Amino acid sequence: MSSVTQVSPVAAEEAAAAREWRPPSYWPFVIPALVVVLAVIIFPWVFTIWMSLQEWKVGSPTVFVGLANYLRLPTDPRFVEAVGHTLSYTALSVLLPLVFGTLAAVVFHQKFAARGFLRGIFIMPMMATPVAIALVWTMMFHPQLGVLNYLLSLVGLPPQLWVFNPTTVIPSLVLVETWQWTPLVMLIVLGGLAAIPTEPYESAQIDGANFWQVFRFITLPLIMPFLFIAGMIRMIDAVKSFDIIFAITQGGPGSASETINVYLYSVAFVYYDLGYGSAIAVVFFLLIVALAALLLYLRKRLLWTSQLGSEA
Amino acid sequence: MNPRYILGRIGLWLSVFVIVSPAILFFLWMASLSLKFEIDNASYPPVFFPEHVAWKNYADVFASNRFLTYFTNSLVVTGCATGLAMLVGVPAGYGIARMAAHKSAIVILIARITPGLSYLIPLFLLFQWLGLLGTLVPQIIIHLVVTVPIVIWIMIGYFETTPLELEEAALIDGATRWQVFRHVALPIARPGLAVAFILAVIFSWNNFVFGIVLAGRETRTLPVAVYNMISFDQLSWGPLAAAALIVTAPVLLLTVLAQRQIVAGLTAGAVKGG
Repeated sequence: MSSVTQVSPVAAEEAAAAREWRPPSYWPFVIPALVVVLAVIIFPWVFTIWMSLQEWKVGSPTVFVGLANYLRLPTDPRFVEAVGHTLSYTALSVLLPLVFGTLAAVVFHQKFAARGFLRGIFIMPMMATPVAIALVWTMMFHPQLGVLNYLLSLVGLPPQLWVFNPTTVIPSLVLVETWQWTPLVMLIVLGGLAAIPTEPYESAQIDGANFWQVFRFITLPLIMPFLFIAGMIRMIDAVKSFDIIFAITQGGPGSASETINVYLYSVAFVYYDLGYGSAIAVVFFLLIVALAALLLYLRKRLLWTSQLGSEA
Repeated sequence: MNPRYILGRIGLWLSVFVIVSPAILFFLWMASLSLKFEIDNASYPPVFFPEHVAWKNYADVFASNRFLTYFTNSLVVTGCATGLAMLVGVPAGYGIARMAAHKSAIVILIARITPGLSYLIPLFLLFQWLGLLGTLVPQIIIHLVVTVPIVIWIMIGYFETTPLELEEAALIDGATRWQVFRHVALPIARPGLAVAFILAVIFSWNNFVFGIVLAGRETRTLPVAVYNMISFDQLSWGPLAAAALIVTAPVLLLTVLAQRQIVAGLTAGAVKGG
């Protein structure tokens, strides 16, 4: 490597130019994937937008209806309700894994025996087949025979109806989602912790800061960017959450846990109202993009105010 | 060994125990459910270690004549979807990394954000029109939605970190771009290939949404088959839990064995399909 640093400046410039020069001959590598992406990602999107402008039920002819499917959305009480369920489910399913995941990351950042193996165990919930997991949770939620009510009785709490009661169904599903996805937050924050330099900790130790102060004033600000990424990913996944909800409650009892995704499934593949279903899919996608943009905006605002604060 | 250090260690192990126990206890309880006869599964307070172990639950699952069909379906769908994704995704990741075409990542991002169900409506109609419903082809194709972005994303990351000097030297020696890719870039990126392959396999194997719409009686994959068991045997928990554990066992095994690769891939890309 040292010989490279000693070459003449002209040769170095030439090498830089060669690096800059991006020949078109890399295209053949990309084309097969481009075809696949066009077929399974771009084509469905274009087709969905076109279909959302049609009245189309399977078995009957299609009629162009313009924006009628979209105008139907705000007047559809089931859709409006589903938006509410989705937002509350998402808010809880972002916040709880963020809190627990950060705590877990702080612990996994320490050195201890069998850390790799235990980390493997810890991430098992997020890798396991969601339907298989949902099945066991359904058994655990069972009001009479489920193990959860037994555990509650051990600590003297009254038994719950869990997913069988409209008021507790969303928190119960969030419990599963949190159990399942806390490991992902942990992994991302753990990556952040590994990148923190040791100097601030050394000076904090000299100043006699306690564990909580170190966490609050050194660790937390430094892992903020990673928490933000974790929150973003968690938001995208929580909004789209389907397997767990569908396998445990199918949106019930009644429609108490029907999120947009579950309602979309019913509209498109139970009622076969494909035009309206496509409109829901488009609005659903835009909602996710809007939420992501909102998070980005909040982050900018937060950075801006904290910078102002430090300058003052 | 001062007492403060020992206290710290005890505290650390206690926190490790608290953090790992929800996962461990859950899977142990899953195993317990799958190894009990109905009498034990329906008893209150719950029995953790049964007096008689019901190995029969597993035997029943394996013996059911459809299990082998569903298992083969899962194997074919996941195998083909992952194989095809590696075939097109690895060169694409290489091309994108070398062209520094970072804007193309937007497509991957869109794929990541889009709910799986929105792909299903148009592709369902397309497959119906092509007369492919009732075969495994629709599921293989739609699983590409999950596997291709994972592979491309992870391979872009790996090829961006592999050294360019070797490739440039090979080019100067007169190798074609394909030869450089095949004999220089690919061998170096082998750890990346493993990560992409493992994650694509897991997320395709676990996929449920695509199957419930596209699979018929003969073309169900294992997650769909397990879901259909719920509606039919609501009350026989033992065989149900056994089936669930059989479906997810390969993934759990892979998670513990390839823990390092999975963690590397997830922290780099934080990919998830569907």
